[in-house]
Amino acid sequence: MSTVADSATSLDPESITQCGPDFAGHPAEFCASQERAWERFNELPMPRRNDENWRFTDVRALTLAPFVRATEPTPALCQELSGRSKGIPAAAGVMAFANDRLISTETKSDALRGAGVIWQPFEQAAREHPELLARYFMREKSALGSEKFAALHASQVKAGMVLYVPKGIEIKAPIEVFHWLEGKNSAVFPHTLIIAEDNARVTVVDHFYSAGSAPGLVVGVNDIVAGPGAKVNYVAIQNWNTATTAFHLNATTVARDAEVIALRLNLGGAFIRDEATSRLRGPGGRSEMLSVSAAWGSQIFDQRTLQIHEAPNAKSDLLYKNALNDTARTVFTGLIRVDEGAHKTDAYQKVRNLMLSDEAEANSAPGLEIEADDVRCTHGATSGALDDEEIFYFQSRGIPRRVAQQLVTFGFLSEVFERIPSADVAELLSTSLHEKLG
Amino acid sequence: MSTELLEPPTSVSPATQLEIDRSRGDFVYPESHEFDAGVGLTHATIDYITDVKGEPDWIREFRHKALDTFLAKPMPTNWASKDLDNIVFDNIRYYLANAKRPTRSWEDVPEDVKKTFERLGIPEQERKFLAGVEAQFDSEAVYSNIKAAVADQGVIFMGSTEGLMKHPEIFKKWFGKVIPTGDNKFSALNSAVFSGGSFIYIPPGVKVKHPLQAYFRINAENFGQFERTLIIADEGSEVMYMEGCTAPKFETATLHSAVVELVAMKGAKIQYVTVQNWSNNVFNLVTKRAVAHEEAEVKWIDCNIGSRLTMKYPGVVLKGRKARGEVISIALAGDGQHQDTGAKMIHAADETTSNIVSKSISLGTGRATYRGLVHIPKHLKGCKNNTECDALLINPTSRTDTYPAITVRGTGNACQHEASVSQISEEQIFYMMSRGLTEAQAMSLSVNGFVNDLVRQFPMEYSVELKRLIDLEMEGSVG
Repeated sequence: MSTVADSATSLDPESITQCGPDFAGHPAEFCASQERAWERFNELPMPRRNDENWRFTDVRALTLAPFVRATEPTPALCQELSGRSKGIPAAAGVMAFANDRLISTETKSDALRGAGVIWQPFEQAAREHPELLARYFMREKSALGSEKFAALHASQVKAGMVLYVPKGIEIKAPIEVFHWLEGKNSAVFPHTLIIAEDNARVTVVDHFYSAGSAPGLVVGVNDIVAGPGAKVNYVAIQNWNTATTAFHLNATTVARDAEVIALRLNLGGAFIRDEATSRLRGPGGRSEMLSVSAAWGSQIFDQRTLQIHEAPNAKSDLLYKNALNDTARTVFTGLIRVDEGAHKTDAYQKVRNLMLSDEAEANSAPGLEIEADDVRCTHGATSGALDDEEIFYFQSRGIPRRVAQQLVTFGFLSEVFERIPSADVAELLSTSLHEKLG
Repeated sequence: MSTELLEPPTSVSPATQLEIDRSRGDFVYPESHEFDAGVGLTHATIDYITDVKGEPDWIREFRHKALDTFLAKPMPTNWASKDLDNIVFDNIRYYLANAKRPTRSWEDVPEDVKKTFERLGIPEQERKFLAGVEAQFDSEAVYSNIKAAVADQGVIFMGSTEGLMKHPEIFKKWFGKVIPTGDNKFSALNSAVFSGGSFIYIPPGVKVKHPLQAYFRINAENFGQFERTLIIADEGSEVMYMEGCTAPKFETATLHSAVVELVAMKGAKIQYVTVQNWSNNVFNLVTKRAVAHEEAEVKWIDCNIGSRLTMKYPGVVLKGRKARGEVISIALAGDGQHQDTGAKMIHAADETTSNIVSKSISLGTGRATYRGLVHIPKHLKGCKNNTECDALLINPTSRTDTYPAITVRGTGNACQHEASVSQISEEQIFYMMSRGLTEAQAMSLSVNGFVNDLVRQFPMEYSVELKRLIDLEMEGSVG
């Protein structure tokens, strides 16, 4: 398998490793930052086998070389995909992108037109609100291994949603964003940026789907900035086709008394790398990091998390649940870091693996780094198979074994959805998971 | 002590400083070495060691190859402490000895050395409860003895050099097989310059009632001690081995890098107890691993109190059906110390079980790290692992880390890992003080309570020793 470094000379100039930044219609200042990101991308090495952040991952299988920027989708496809971009009927607004191009946007709730609210596609926000991007665009440096991919994203980004909710504004209904990927070896770089000012409230759902079964590459970023007292719910439903490699990088910052609940549902993809960092910056802050993954076939879900407690009296709670079937593999490495002075920290981290096949493999490495003495931190990891007694109980009630296994698996995973305060979103998650489990 | 009971303290003064009594090991006698390989490590050093020891050619070759491996391997600083870079291999003396063979009689041990071990209580303990004793002073054992009754059963207990010369048929079969030279940089270093350590063979069915003990002492400055221990417990046999270690405090760093290999044949039981109390300028970088065959049981009881940086992850390769591995670990990281300890459990057969219980205490600027690895490959059935790590932080400057890694394949196995970090319970301290204890006594009692359930698993003589070592003293007045 070739890496960027050793195959640079023989590469297709169209390859996303060769073609330089995508300036799209961005203003000059942003283009300059893309140039810098492109330089950084070229300087940084590909992940190496002995990098701790890539432990358990076969880094030789990672390659960017075959991928090219996704091309303009046909009008017919745009029409079809915008028709399929439907999730929650009562959504406040829907934005849809195909191959990194905006294909439709619909504002249903007046709350999104409210004073000071910014709800725009990325390109428009870059033009009209450069101050917002200067202040919040990828300000948190990736520290979980994907620095190179983050730089690539920064140099190529043109699609996605920027949402700014001013002080005290509540947008009750969820906002939905759809990203579609089409075409052989197409690469997209979806971006989601949510900024909630003091006491603002908002719920966002990202959908990630493929149109067709061709291999693709996704390097996405979803950043959340929660100001004092703000409440943000974020859900990502990832169902790329099983030939797609995707990186989804997240940074969340939580100010004083703010609360962020983020959940990732992983259904699709060949190789999915999720990196999530929550930084608790103020006392009373609370971050819930949740994930549900159903790994079937030869899927690999590689998840890395970091909980950083900078301030005292904050709480973080991580729960990652994986069901593994066939020859699927999951990796979870998590770290809770409690900085000096972050006393009365309450941090929790739990990963649970349900093994459904003899060929599946679950790797868990939950970690703690504590530099404050007055803390409560616990972590746990469990791996086990279905409970025969539970299955037997179902069978004794006339439910076939196969169905019983599906039900128990569904119950094991969907329990996490209850942590999402929106019933509409929880239902959407259940429906999506049902489709996968069959 | 469950975390639920631990309420955050509000008034235990964070400035209170706990210190450990290391005074008993902190003395030094002047050096007078007959054999000295000099400073630094080259292929000539290895020839010198081999010549002095009069070793066979296969060992000479083994050592030279190991040196090449050592030189080629990078420092593991991509995951381990950067403090490793402070080891200057060129400033270390790799072999220092007085005589080539240990004496069997205590009277023949040189006066200075005898005084050293008498101050550490070695001959006294031997008379009391040990089946055999070996005492190593710098590079070589100065004294080695085994009770006649035990030797008559066919038990072999001697130094590694003596073992490889007198019993090559057993030694060669297992030496370097559990821990290959290239396992890590420090196992390669040990393989190049090893000297001393124990060779033990327990014949089938023999149950050694009393523990065998080794005592390791570093007396010289700028010195590296590289003992090599190989223990083979044949079918159905049982043995307990205990090691203790001390060194005086020198101005410069000292290196201790041992390799310990255990082989438990079918149904055999090995318990390996370590109480490590090196002075806190010693880099203690040790590789310990066991192979457990069918229905065998290996238990590492590992207590780390001393050293500047300890990196030690005793492991068990569970090779036979129903084999069982256990690591019980206590680490105490005081000011300036880093105890980087843990366990490795490699499940390689059906119905194998492993248990890891680790407790660490960090005080002052001390840092305790737990690193674990549990591997259950596919196609195995009925394997179980349980891991528990608890960390206690005493001062605001104390630090603790936990890095477990668990790989499970298939549906037939179960794994659970739990860890918690907490601090001394304010309520407990308050309660004890209301009963008339000083704050220092209360804290000491609380810390002893935290490790008590593990300490009880130690052999009685050692648990008493351990309690004394963990007997913390408050510095300065309280309140």
